[in-house]
Amino acid sequence: MRPVLFIVIFASMIGLGFWAYRENYATKDALDRVETLQSEIATLREALALQRAEWAYLNRPDRLRALAEANFDRLGLLPLEPTQFGEVAQIANPAAKLPFITNPVDVIGTQQPEQDFP
Amino acid sequence: MTRTPLRPLARILSARAAGENPDVIERENLAERHEVIRDRARARAEGRLMFLGLFFFLAFSAIGGRMGLLAATEPMEPKAAATGAQILAQRADITDRNGRILATNMLTHALYAQPKVMVDPKRVARELAAIFPDLDGAALEQRFTDGRSFLWVRKVLSPEQMQAVHEIGDPGLLFGPREMRLYPNGRLAAHVLGGASFGAEGVNSAEVIGTAGVEKALDARLRDPANGGAPVALSIDLTVQATTQEVLEAGMKMMNAKGAAAVLLDVATGEVISMVSLPDFDPNDRPNPLVTKEAEPGDSPLFNRAVQGVYELGSTFKIFAVAQAMELGLVNPETMVDANAPMTWGKFKINEFEGHNYGPLLSVTDVIVKSSNVGTARIALQIGGLRQQAFFKSLGLFDATPIEMVEAPGAKPLVPSRWADITTITASYGHGVAASPMHLAAAYATIANGGVAVTPTLLRRDVPPAGVRVMSQEVAADAVSMLRQVVTRGTASLGEVEGYAVAGKTGTADKPKRSGGYYKDKVVNTFASMFPANDPKYVLIVTLDEPVETTGPKPRRTAGWTAVPVAAEIIRRTAPLLGLRPEIEFTPVDTVTAVADEG
Repeated sequence: MRPVLFIVIFASMIGLGFWAYRENYATKDALDRVETLQSEIATLREALALQRAEWAYLNRPDRLRALAEANFDRLGLLPLEPTQFGEVAQIANPAAKLPFITNPVDVIGTQQPEQDFP
Repeated sequence: MTRTPLRPLARILSARAAGENPDVIERENLAERHEVIRDRARARAEGRLMFLGLFFFLAFSAIGGRMGLLAATEPMEPKAAATGAQILAQRADITDRNGRILATNMLTHALYAQPKVMVDPKRVARELAAIFPDLDGAALEQRFTDGRSFLWVRKVLSPEQMQAVHEIGDPGLLFGPREMRLYPNGRLAAHVLGGASFGAEGVNSAEVIGTAGVEKALDARLRDPANGGAPVALSIDLTVQATTQEVLEAGMKMMNAKGAAAVLLDVATGEVISMVSLPDFDPNDRPNPLVTKEAEPGDSPLFNRAVQGVYELGSTFKIFAVAQAMELGLVNPETMVDANAPMTWGKFKINEFEGHNYGPLLSVTDVIVKSSNVGTARIALQIGGLRQQAFFKSLGLFDATPIEMVEAPGAKPLVPSRWADITTITASYGHGVAASPMHLAAAYATIANGGVAVTPTLLRRDVPPAGVRVMSQEVAADAVSMLRQVVTRGTASLGEVEGYAVAGKTGTADKPKRSGGYYKDKVVNTFASMFPANDPKYVLIVTLDEPVETTGPKPRRTAGWTAVPVAAEIIRRTAPLLGLRPEIEFTPVDTVTAVADEG
C-alpha cells in the first residue's frame, strides 16, 4: 500500500509543480498584456483629447462665422432672428388622407361568360 | 520518573528506632518533591517566554524587512490595477453650459539641453536660433559653453518645431513631455477663463497652474485627481457669448468707445450666461500686465471691466431709491414728488441733465422715466441715509461679488466712509458710489426676480438657490413696469426690441480725474436692462467707456444714444438663441389657403 501512496504523492507533486509553473507564466503574460493595453488606452485617450480639442478649435464661433460669410451664396446662412419663430397655427394643415378602402376591389379580372367579347 | 514515597518505610522504621520524629522525613521528601515541580514549571515558563520572544522577533523582522524592501525599491505603478487612465489628463477641462470645450489640455514637448553631451554647441546654437527667431544665437552659444550641465530652451514646442529640432540631430538636445493648456475658442470668454502657465517644472512633467479668472479661482478643483478629470461646466453659453462679443465689439467701434463690457445674467438662477469685456486678449498667449506708473489699469486688455471695472454707474441707481421708497410705503408709482430744479442742499446745488427742469411736481414713475436727479434726491431724503445704506447692502452693492473669479474679491465697490445727507442724495442717482457692472447685474436681477436677492455665479446651477427677500413682489413688479416705461416713452427709446418688451434704465456718469474732480467730456455710459418685461428672464448690463455718438450735429455722450442701441442689438440677437419666443402679433393662416396646396 505504501509504495502506491508514495507514487501518487510524487505524481501529484510533479503535476502541481507543472500547473504552478504554467499559471505563473500565464499570469505574467496577462500582466504584460494589461500593460500593453493600458498604454494603448492612454495613447487613444490622448488622441481623443487632441481630437476633441481640434473639434472645438474647428468649431470655434469665429471660424464658423467666417465660413458662413464665405459660403453665403451657397448656404445663405444668417444669424437667428426673432422673426424666425412661428406658431403652430401658422403651419398649413396636412393634405387630407385617403379614406380607408372598404369595398372589395378586383385585382384580377373575372370572366363573365354571358357577356359578349368584341 | 520514579516517584519517591513521602514516607519510605525503611527510613521511618530506622528513625523510629532511633527515636526521631518520622514527620521530619516526610516534610524533607515533600520539600524535595516541590523543588522538582518548581524546576519543571520554571523550565516550561522559560520555554514559553523564549517561544513568544522568538515569535515577536520574527514577526517584527518580517514587517521591518518588508518596509525596508518597500523603501529601497523603485516606485512602480501596480500593473494589474484597471485604472491609471485618469492620471493622464492632469487638469480638468472647462466647458460651457452645454458641454462645449472652453479649455482643455494638449500634449506637447518642452525642449531642454545638456551641453555636456552636446557634440557641436556652436552649430546647435546657430540652428536653434534659425528655428526660433526670438532666440539669440550668440547668447545661446554662450550659455551652452559656460560649463553648465542643464538648461531649458523652450517651454512648449509645436510638432513642426519639434521635428526641426530633431533634424539638428544633436544628442545634447532632449525633449520632455508637457501638458499645455489650450483655449480652442481663442479670445472668446478670455476674461472669464483667465489663463494658465507652468508651475514647478521637471524633465518628465510640469504642473499647470491657473494665472487668472476661473482657472485660478477653481485651481484646486481643476487639479484635484479625486474628481477623475470630470470637466467643470461654467454657466457661460458659448453661442450667446460669441454673439454678445461680436455685437459689443461692433458697437464699441461704432460709438468710438475705449472699452466696453456686457453681462448677461439668468434672473432665476443667477448664472452668468455671457460676460464680455473689451478690449480682450488671447488666453493662449496671455500678454504681460502693464507696468508703467501712469498707465490706468483699464488700459490693459487683461482688465476685466465687467468685474474689476468699478465705476460710478449713474442714473441706473435711481430705481433702487424708488423701489426702496415704495417698499417702505413712503410713495407709490403715482405719488407726486417735488422735482423743482435746481435744488439746493447746504452749499451743494443739484441740477438736472443739461439744466432741464422737470418740476415743479413729477410722479414717481416719471422721475424714473425722465431720469430726474432732483426727484430721486427728494425720495432718497425721505428714506434717509441709514436705511439707504442697509438697502444697498442687501442688494450686494457694498461687498465684492461672490463670483468664481480670482479678480472678484479685489473689486470691492467704492463707498464713502462718511454717509452725510449729500451722500444720500448723490448715491441715489449713482454718484459718489462706484460698483462694477456685475454688481449692477445682480441688483437688477433681484428686482427682475420679484424681489428675491440673486447671487451671481459662473458655474452651471440647475436649481435656483434660495435667496433672501429684499422687497415685496408687488414693489418689484412696479419697478419693472417703471423700467419698461423708460424704454417705451423715456430716455431709452432706442432700446425697444420688437417682441421682447425690454425694460431698463440708462446711466451716464462723468469719469473721475486722477487728480480729483471730473472730466467734462469723458463719460461711462451704462444701460441696465431686463427682458421680457412681463416676466423678466434675463438681465443685461452694457457699459461703454468714453463713448461718443457723432452722427448728429454735436457729439452725444448720453447712454440713450450709445449704450442703449448696442444693448438692444445684443438682445435682438441673443434672445432667440436663449430660446425666448418673441411676442409678436401674427395673423393665423387662412384655413382656405392653408390647405390650398392639397390638390
